Amino acid sequence: MRKWLLTGVASAAMLGIAGTALAEVKQGGSMIVTYKDDVSTLDPAIGYDWQNWSMIKSLFDGLMDYKPGTTELVPDLAESFEISDDGLVYTFKLRKGVKFHNGREMTAKDIKYSLDRVANPKTQSPGAGFFGSIKGFDAASDGSAGGLSGVEVADDSTIRITLARPDATFLHVMALNFASVVPEEAVAEHGEDFGTNPVGTGAYKMTDWTRGQHVVFERNADYYHAGLPKLDKITFEVGQEPIVALLRLERGEVDIAGDGIPPAKFLATMKDPKFKDQIVEGKQLHTGYVTMNVKMKPFDDVRVRKAVAMAINKDRIVRIINGRAVTANQPLPPLMPGYDSKYSGQAYDIEGAVKLLTEAGLGDGFTTELYVANTDPQPRIAQAIQQDLAGIGIKAEIRSLAQSNVIAAGGEEDQAPMIWSGGMAWIADFPDPSNFYGPILGCGGAVQGGWNWSWYCNAELDERAKKADAMTDPSQADARIEEWKQIFTAIQEEAPWVPIFNEQRFTIRSSRLDGPEGIFVDPVHIPVHYDHVYDKGAQ
Amino acid sequence: MAAYLFRRIVEAAFILLGISLVTYVLLYLLPADPVRQIAGRSATQETIANIRQQLGLDLPFYEQYWRYLSSLVQGDLGRSYIQRSEVSELIAARLPASLLLMVAAIFAELVMGLTMGVVSSIRRNSATDQSLMVLSFVGVSAPQFVVGFLLLYVFAAQLGWFPIGGYGTFSHLVLPAMTLGFMGAGWYSRMMRSSMLNVLGQDFIRTARAKGLGKARIIFRHAVPNALLPIIAMIGIDIGIFMSGIVVVEAVFGWPGIGQLAWQAIQRVDIPIIMGVTLVAAFSIVMGNLLADIVALFVDPRIKLK
Repeated sequence: MRKWLLTGVASAAMLGIAGTALAEVKQGGSMIVTYKDDVSTLDPAIGYDWQNWSMIKSLFDGLMDYKPGTTELVPDLAESFEISDDGLVYTFKLRKGVKFHNGREMTAKDIKYSLDRVANPKTQSPGAGFFGSIKGFDAASDGSAGGLSGVEVADDSTIRITLARPDATFLHVMALNFASVVPEEAVAEHGEDFGTNPVGTGAYKMTDWTRGQHVVFERNADYYHAGLPKLDKITFEVGQEPIVALLRLERGEVDIAGDGIPPAKFLATMKDPKFKDQIVEGKQLHTGYVTMNVKMKPFDDVRVRKAVAMAINKDRIVRIINGRAVTANQPLPPLMPGYDSKYSGQAYDIEGAVKLLTEAGLGDGFTTELYVANTDPQPRIAQAIQQDLAGIGIKAEIRSLAQSNVIAAGGEEDQAPMIWSGGMAWIADFPDPSNFYGPILGCGGAVQGGWNWSWYCNAELDERAKKADAMTDPSQADARIEEWKQIFTAIQEEAPWVPIFNEQRFTIRSSRLDGPEGIFVDPVHIPVHYDHVYDKGAQ
Repeated sequence: MAAYLFRRIVEAAFILLGISLVTYVLLYLLPADPVRQIAGRSATQETIANIRQQLGLDLPFYEQYWRYLSSLVQGDLGRSYIQRSEVSELIAARLPASLLLMVAAIFAELVMGLTMGVVSSIRRNSATDQSLMVLSFVGVSAPQFVVGFLLLYVFAAQLGWFPIGGYGTFSHLVLPAMTLGFMGAGWYSRMMRSSMLNVLGQDFIRTARAKGLGKARIIFRHAVPNALLPIIAMIGIDIGIFMSGIVVVEAVFGWPGIGQLAWQAIQRVDIPIIMGVTLVAAFSIVMGNLLADIVALFVDPRIKLK
């Protein structure tokens, strides 16, 4: 039986701040964050873009969360939890005295309601599939059952979740926004408009939403993490072009440019001594890759795929995007557990590539197509790849299309021989290697309309992946990550992808703001962990 | 008059129906699947099928279109796929900002264009005339995002006379209205110039001069009103041009209007919003033209109804 008890000390550690620092930072002040697009929805069951993801995280909470600035799981609305020996039953003891923004106390019934709601087909949650391992999910998701039979309220402060199969990623799923707790009465009151009238238990509560102009968050005075959040108020101004946001930031009118530094101004901004202390760089769970459709000739031949992988000069591509990334040689990004730092993959080697093509009987090269999204810098990257491939005799014609059309082409078995994933590349939903497999490299994703654009499906690896995800015993955690590491290097030996780079994140903020390390490039709260940002002026 | 109006309104209804059909067909033919945009990349096939069915996107085209039309005549534009709010609410929240911008832009283009045209015509072939005509040529040909960013950079970021984008006060309105009005000003200055030259060469102006009227009185009392007639008809057409212009100008200046809404919806294949904004825009253009025709009727009694 695995038990996780939260003591006072552990609780302070969980916040990622030393006890003294926590006491020193005063609450107060405010900040302005800008975005280009309007906020789509703040309903945690529905919101699934990188703009609303961290906003929702500040309004709502789930049973689990991550230590700020890291990918380390910690209990949040749960005070402690136990896992049965067979890894199938999770019993969560809830924190007491947690209140919703409407003043009502949160209980285990709310957790059950919220999970049932996500699984309910009427909610149309894009995240419903994450909950597939919970017992009774199929019946709940096709509407034949009222809710998830595997989620039971033991008493007001205890919830028991039974799984249909062991799932080592389950605690990560409980930390997703989709698992956030919502009060039934508020959902009933606002119906489909709950997304513009959000009520949660989070650090901030939403107090104003003026369409096309701004969304205002104010500090939740009843928040259960003492001393959080730091700011009294956050104003999200929308409809601001990134370049305009940068000008305003320079003038001190804006505190965080939510869309980051626009590519056209990147080098100038990075070199500007004015901004030296205002830019924070960090890693993210992202890999940009070229897929090769293994169901289309000649990419059914592993030698051809490897030749392509060896012919692409990744350093040059990183230079094209002004060094905003590091080159990649395997599907997993370096920040992800299971990344193999010793693996070198298919290194850049033109001669070796030509040799492999000759062995495959394609010494004279061949003609193929490279699909790419038509927004800068993607076509320029595709051109670099095109030139590299021309170097070994492969003539790749570029198909530059709207992003949604490229996604549609990738989901067809016989349409796109090669796709440069830029702009649509995989960013992990949660920091577990499993999330980089199923939808994009596993057999489950190699279906019409799926995201496995290389259509690579290795039954043996699928079986190993399934077994790895069934290793739920904490003592097996390291062995599980090791197994995933081997699965991913085994995949790369078959080269269905050419991993090109892992994008770095750059957050630009005004000098008025500060916070604990890592929160301005938080791997989970993208772009910023709003709860921990503080105003130097309020100190 | 009543018969004329009735005929025009029936025509307008058919135009709107045609536009709704063409837009719906185009959106239907898009290779992009809106359900996948809604469902996101982690959705299972079941989730995708479920959403498709709930939105009625699994139905044949004519049935989908019929459903849309039936709701439309009841004033229901549907719910946004991505924002999940009523499209009518989203448009209503943003329409005042766009209308304000358009009225201000019409004002800006008339003030800039007519002044330039009148000055050019009285100083015909002088250096002033030539530089104004070069400026009007720039106005007609410069892309609006270039003009917008230029004005923003010089007058807001560098000189600090105006705020850098945003909405709310009169000073927020100046630069976007100038940007949107600049192209029209180019057209109007050229039209006004030639129209003025035409009028100034006519007999009644010579008579006025012979009677010893002052120059200012001749120009403002006799020449300008006559030269204005062809311009009025153009303002109606402007609304159509503005409808495409606001997409760019609203994005540059962070102006919370329907152009920005449309632009975001197109990027996310949010079909109900694209349909809604297109219909509202088409409606405004049709109404604008109708209004311009009616105004012309009153201004110039020489126009006879067929």
